[in-house]
Amino acid sequence: MKENTQILIELLQKMKRIRAVEETIASRYSEWKMRCPTHLCSGQEAVAAAVGQVLRKDDFAVSSHRAHGHYLAKGGDLNRMIAEIYGKSDGCSSGKGGSMHLIDTSVGFMGSTAIVGGTIPVGVGLALSIKLKKTNQVSCVFFGDGSIEEGVFYESVNFAVLKNLPVLFICENNFYSVYSPLKVRQPENRAIYKMVSGIGCRSEHGDGNNVVDVYDKVNTAVVSIRDGGGPMFFEFKTYRWREHCGHNFDNDLGYRTQEEYLSWKEKDPISAMESYMFKEKYITQNEIDEMQSEIQKEIEKAFEFAEKSPFPNLESALTDIYA
Amino acid sequence: MANKITYAKAINEAMVQAMEMDKSVICYGLGVDDPKGIFGTTLGLKEKFGPERVFDMPTAENAMTGVAIGASLNGIRPVMTHQRLDFFLLAMDQLVNNAAKWHYMFGGKLSIPITIRLLVGRGWGQGPTHSQSFQSWFAHIPGLKVVMPATAADAKGLLLSSIFDNNPVIFIEHRWLHNLVGEVPEGDFRIPIGKAHKLKTGDDITIISLSYMTIEALRAVELLGKQGISCDLIDLRSIAPIDWNMVMSSVKKTGKLLALDTGFGSFSVASEIIARVSMECFSSLKQAPVRIALPDCPTPTSPALAKNYYKRAEDIVNTTRKMLGFSVLPHEESDINRNVPMDIPDKTFTGPF
Ligand SMILES: Cc1ncc(C[n+]2csc(CCOP(=O)(O)OP(=O)(O)O)c2C)c(N)n1
Repeated sequence: MKENTQILIELLQKMKRIRAVEETIASRYSEWKMRCPTHLCSGQEAVAAAVGQVLRKDDFAVSSHRAHGHYLAKGGDLNRMIAEIYGKSDGCSSGKGGSMHLIDTSVGFMGSTAIVGGTIPVGVGLALSIKLKKTNQVSCVFFGDGSIEEGVFYESVNFAVLKNLPVLFICENNFYSVYSPLKVRQPENRAIYKMVSGIGCRSEHGDGNNVVDVYDKVNTAVVSIRDGGGPMFFEFKTYRWREHCGHNFDNDLGYRTQEEYLSWKEKDPISAMESYMFKEKYITQNEIDEMQSEIQKEIEKAFEFAEKSPFPNLESALTDIYA
Repeated sequence: MANKITYAKAINEAMVQAMEMDKSVICYGLGVDDPKGIFGTTLGLKEKFGPERVFDMPTAENAMTGVAIGASLNGIRPVMTHQRLDFFLLAMDQLVNNAAKWHYMFGGKLSIPITIRLLVGRGWGQGPTHSQSFQSWFAHIPGLKVVMPATAADAKGLLLSSIFDNNPVIFIEHRWLHNLVGEVPEGDFRIPIGKAHKLKTGDDITIISLSYMTIEALRAVELLGKQGISCDLIDLRSIAPIDWNMVMSSVKKTGKLLALDTGFGSFSVASEIIARVSMECFSSLKQAPVRIALPDCPTPTSPALAKNYYKRAEDIVNTTRKMLGFSVLPHEESDINRNVPMDIPDKTFTGPF
């Protein structure tokens, strides 16, 4: 893939766009107009961008509380996402869901929810429907290392393997569940991906901050899943920069060290990709600047859209209860 | 001796007290030993009692409930904590199928002395999966005790009673109560499970309340008092068992019943109160009872929709006035919460206790 400049540029653009959206939310959050719990993914853009690049528009994806990146990379509507965080009527969930409950069925993003592990079986169910309908779509499930601890994860993987379903399991291991480090939740020296392979699911791991690596691995996997090769699990290690929920940094709390945080900042997936593309002359500084300013313009428009969008009328609180 | 402390601190005190008194008390849950310590309620416990008795856990609510059950069968008294009640729904199987009926289905041979602390969220777009107030679900299950303290003193007293009760107890805390300050007795202070608390005495109407709605009710009753309307305000404290004696004797006195709830209206605790009162005190009732609870729809996230969704003192004032044949007050006169934002916990209210 390394030769395909177009894909490289798109990967970089996707990552930069996600980062800029998250950072704009962070910088504007204290205006207190976005009144809902918001889990930002700054630092974790590579996996979302790469998987979003591989998946087709008609593939399915579901995700968790930290879904902005996944939603955007899958093609979700930025205007509607920001409006949703603002609680406005043009929000992708009509203001009823907020940041933790995003949806855009027009691009196969079938929902993200806030209960840890909650969408894992849903993604498997989407895969079952694909198999029943005999299409060659793929169902992608995004989740964190915390989800691995829920029973529903094992039950879902078992079923996916049993029925050889077209599921792509993407675990973003950022080492923390809120402030709880991995080592108080899972045995040390046991790799998640190896354990999953013990269940009988094809399983691999990779550097979640290396967008090209993620792209290559997932791309190969998705080809084989479409071919009827059955489910595939990936563990990608990466790191969340900001606080678990909210717009601040939280290294002062002491649950992780400043050194650890800084060492991960050095592994910024975006700067790494940029330098690589520079070095290989895949992109010029001008092109990068232009890309950035396009992104910024789009984001400004999205915030304007959200600000201008009306609040839902009161009666609509009582609609959508039944279909 | 009593100290003026917050509801959150009162819970912390109860934990310290229980763990000091009894080595078999342990405390675990996601984040109990993290820097925030479950909104301050578990801070310092690990330092005091060590990591064997106070520990974080995997995100595995169902299994960890079963683990508590197993440990309790061998004499341990686990206190489990969940930052949101909603997360605990994953553990309904262990709770309902095992914990609630172990004592019964094995003919009373063993009991399950576990305490499960569940926090109900509200505000700031907590929305459909972070704010559900499901006390009636738990109260519906025979074999479970359910408590919902509204004051700092009750929080401490009921937590200690829960921990040393030999049954599974669901201890429900409303996030908006954590800041509340009140006089809390030091030491081993217990409030019996199953006893309600009459907070105000009056003859015109009986208001039955629970958890955070009690705070709104106190405000309402105060305003109503100024208008010459006197209310019996009963804070249930225990949802299962309920103090029916206090409820019935108040209704017999006033003949009028308004039941408040923090949950959805249908099939709620308020519904049960109204049903029982209607069945047992029908002849005392001078008019149909009324309930104030959440509409039967999931909690919307948008602040615009959450605004009218939650019921406040103003709703209690005007419903009471209507029931007593008075006119509804203009908004300017009845809106006691005027200066209190709709979606952040009320820091202005420090309690009359
Ligand atoms: C069933 C359940 N338990 C607990 C929580 C509280 N919670 C919200 S996010 C989160 C962290 C989960 O960590 P992980 O899956 O690794 O995702 P990350 O936040 O790191 O992206 C937790 C524990 C929840 N939402 N649902």
